[in-house]
Amino acid sequence: MKKDVKSIIAKYNKDETRLMDILIDIQDSLGFISPEAIDVISEDLNLSHVDVEQTISFYHFFSMTPLGKYNIYLNNSAVANMMGCAEVAKVFEEEAGSKFGEVSKDGQLGMFYTSCIGMNDQEPAAIINGMVFTRLTKFRAREIISDIKAGKNVEEMYVASYGDGANSNQLIKSVVSNNIRKIGPILSPKAEYGSALKKIIKLSPDEIIDEVKLSNIRGRGGAGFPTGLKWEFCRKAPGDRKYIFCNADEGEPGTFKDRVLLTERPKRLLEGMAIAGYAVGAEEGIIYLRYEYKYLEEYLENVIREAREANFLGKDICKKKGFNFDVRIQFGAGAYVCGEESALIESAEGKRGEPRDRPPFPVEKGYLNKPTIVNNVETLSSVTQIINNGGEWYRSFGTRESTGTKVLSVSGDCLHPGVYEVEWGFSVNDILDLVGTMGDVQAVQVGGPSGRCIAPYDFNRILGYEDLATGGSLIIIGKQRDLLKDIVLNFMDFFVEESCGSCTPCRSLSVIYRDKLKKILKGRGVQKDLDDMYAWRHIMKGNRCGLGQTALNPILTTLRNFPELYEARIQKNKTFDEGFDIHSALKDSFEITGRKSF
Amino acid sequence: MSKPIIATTSLAGCFGCHMSLLDIDERILELAELVEFNKSPINDIKKFTKKCDVGLIEGGVCNSENIHVLKDFRENCKILVSVGECAIMGGLPALRNNIPLRECLEEAYLDGPSVENNEERIIPNDEELPLILDKVYPCHEVVKIDIHLPGCPPSADMIYEALVSLITGKELKVPYEAFKYD
Ligand SMILES: Cc1cc2nc3c(=O)[nH]c(=O)nc-3n(C[C@H](O)[C@H](O)[C@H](O)COP(=O)(O)O)c2cc1C
Ligand code: SF4
Ligand code: SF4
Repeated sequence: MKKDVKSIIAKYNKDETRLMDILIDIQDSLGFISPEAIDVISEDLNLSHVDVEQTISFYHFFSMTPLGKYNIYLNNSAVANMMGCAEVAKVFEEEAGSKFGEVSKDGQLGMFYTSCIGMNDQEPAAIINGMVFTRLTKFRAREIISDIKAGKNVEEMYVASYGDGANSNQLIKSVVSNNIRKIGPILSPKAEYGSALKKIIKLSPDEIIDEVKLSNIRGRGGAGFPTGLKWEFCRKAPGDRKYIFCNADEGEPGTFKDRVLLTERPKRLLEGMAIAGYAVGAEEGIIYLRYEYKYLEEYLENVIREAREANFLGKDICKKKGFNFDVRIQFGAGAYVCGEESALIESAEGKRGEPRDRPPFPVEKGYLNKPTIVNNVETLSSVTQIINNGGEWYRSFGTRESTGTKVLSVSGDCLHPGVYEVEWGFSVNDILDLVGTMGDVQAVQVGGPSGRCIAPYDFNRILGYEDLATGGSLIIIGKQRDLLKDIVLNFMDFFVEESCGSCTPCRSLSVIYRDKLKKILKGRGVQKDLDDMYAWRHIMKGNRCGLGQTALNPILTTLRNFPELYEARIQKNKTFDEGFDIHSALKDSFEITGRKSF
Repeated sequence: MSKPIIATTSLAGCFGCHMSLLDIDERILELAELVEFNKSPINDIKKFTKKCDVGLIEGGVCNSENIHVLKDFRENCKILVSVGECAIMGGLPALRNNIPLRECLEEAYLDGPSVENNEERIIPNDEELPLILDKVYPCHEVVKIDIHLPGCPPSADMIYEALVSLITGKELKVPYEAFKYD
């Protein structure tokens, strides 16, 4: 064991900033990160024990106790539940004879819930020993457990044919489907790899930034910051080295379009990263890829290798002297907050993914304290097409404030869940027509849990930065759903789980709101609970990052758009109810003492 | 006008908040002029003998007896004040909240390093003993609390000022340091 750990550490040159890679490799090869392994790591990297432990404990996919020989990570986010995750989980538990959240006594099987794995258009889905299983049914669950009991390889457990497009590539071989329903210029297969690079070597970095500015493209990761401006800041920031990060963390439940871009158009992304490198003067690019997408690793590594061979990465790109740029993949290990750009940088430096205080912004002091650009997969891919066709061309799509197209992830109660590339300026109704609804639509969740839940009277609103901004996910919620219980509570559990805990309001108030919601769902709520939830919302503005600033949105936006759902569930005859239940508070005590009354 | 009547109690607390109240030093004489004390460990009055105006609660709620006392206070006091971190948030005792009750009791009475002379492995369970709750609750999750006075403990000055403000109806200025985060 010690030798294995030592050789893994040596592979990363005993570099403490590569702690994430070291931990991932140890976890993958040994099945867990043992106390002895931690000893070796802390000795070789000259870190204290707790420094290593605090990083390990931050991430969902690391474990300090042995996991199973097989491990099932079943997504239990809202849409997974809409598609029948609970039934599948029940069969898993019955057949396996063990529970979710634990490893079976014989050490064979671990089963765990996990938040959205980026497969909302093909739920229920799970990751089993690194491979993605989609569209699970009770029948499939039974088969899988019996295969596990028979000791089959995970590869042998696939029964369906591989997914469309590159999903069936030799290096992926996955049942995941792309579900591309509408193609636009960013998803389009047209445009030869390298054409944009051949163009930029004749331009100066400033000319490139001007072109990006002219296009008026804004970041596609959610915050919508103007990309050209970000690049200009980074170009101007002093620093001997600079870095380009591609944010492929895609952790917002309901979002999966980056997965499809990475699967089908990875070269367009690599090209965009190299363009960014040329424009700001960076020679290193890092794709921060969520661990859930590890099944794409070999494939993407190969695309990167091919790009080097074609001289689109590496030294003197396109024979341009001094145009050096290379890319590596950095995996996360399961933490939504790592999608936040400064947390992402912390994580890539081998630490807990806790957001930094800003300023300074990453463009001034980012990765290893050097000027750093963090851009979303779609943003960088779009830049390639902007260079290919011109900023003016890009502006011809969309609206004045929201130029170009948006790749949407649509899921939930609709006929055709999947990926749609549409021009900005569509209304929610237009999208609903496109995706085909099933019966009445009660609500649409725009932009994931951190976004907004809107009611039918808002369906004619326009998607764009002027009105309904979105990182690109739409979840359609049918009339048959219990909006507060099935969706809002699930989203609140998600934020409670994913808060990094640094800021008191984020850490505590999200729990308090979640518990108030539970109390209301139990029928113990009163008007004062609604008033409190409305009044206390401003406290969250004091949080350090976007997670905390939006963590109450599931409740606040439904409180505004669906007040009747809350009002129907509160007690009208009471002005106060603390919600305390003495019987459940004493349940354990009765059991332990054998007493029956108090 | 008769003097306002005050009652106090310590639930799952360390009595530090009561000590802080006593720390008002000679002002206790002024306080004695201003108010009358009823049920309180300070004067050892065990049962409410009349309705009170203000009840000061130290400590959170960790067992069935705490619930009983707290409800008794709610019935007998016009205004209830959660005094200190334990009453407001559960405080130090709430550190056990993530550990199942059975484990806590086993550690305390059976397996802990300081356990001696318990060969029969008995977890005390006399009818007279209150039942321990599954976790420690802040007071406002069990009854309605009107005022929260932060601190661990709130300083003597703050307790004194708060009481005087309550009695005289003047506005209380709580310094920023008393409730800032982290
Ligand atoms: C909690 C949280 C999670 C985020 N997750 C992602 C993500 O998964 N992908 C992403 O591109 N941006 C995410 N962001 C936004 C990033 O912080 C950042 O704004 C973005 O990567 C910048 O790229 P862009 O300008 O190209 O959009 C997240 C932000 C927050 C606060
Ligand atoms: S807002 Fe929440 S997630 Fe963000 S830094 Fe603060 S505690 Fe962490
Ligand atoms: S708040 Fe502090 S001083 Fe008061 S009872 Fe709790 S621990 Fe003791």
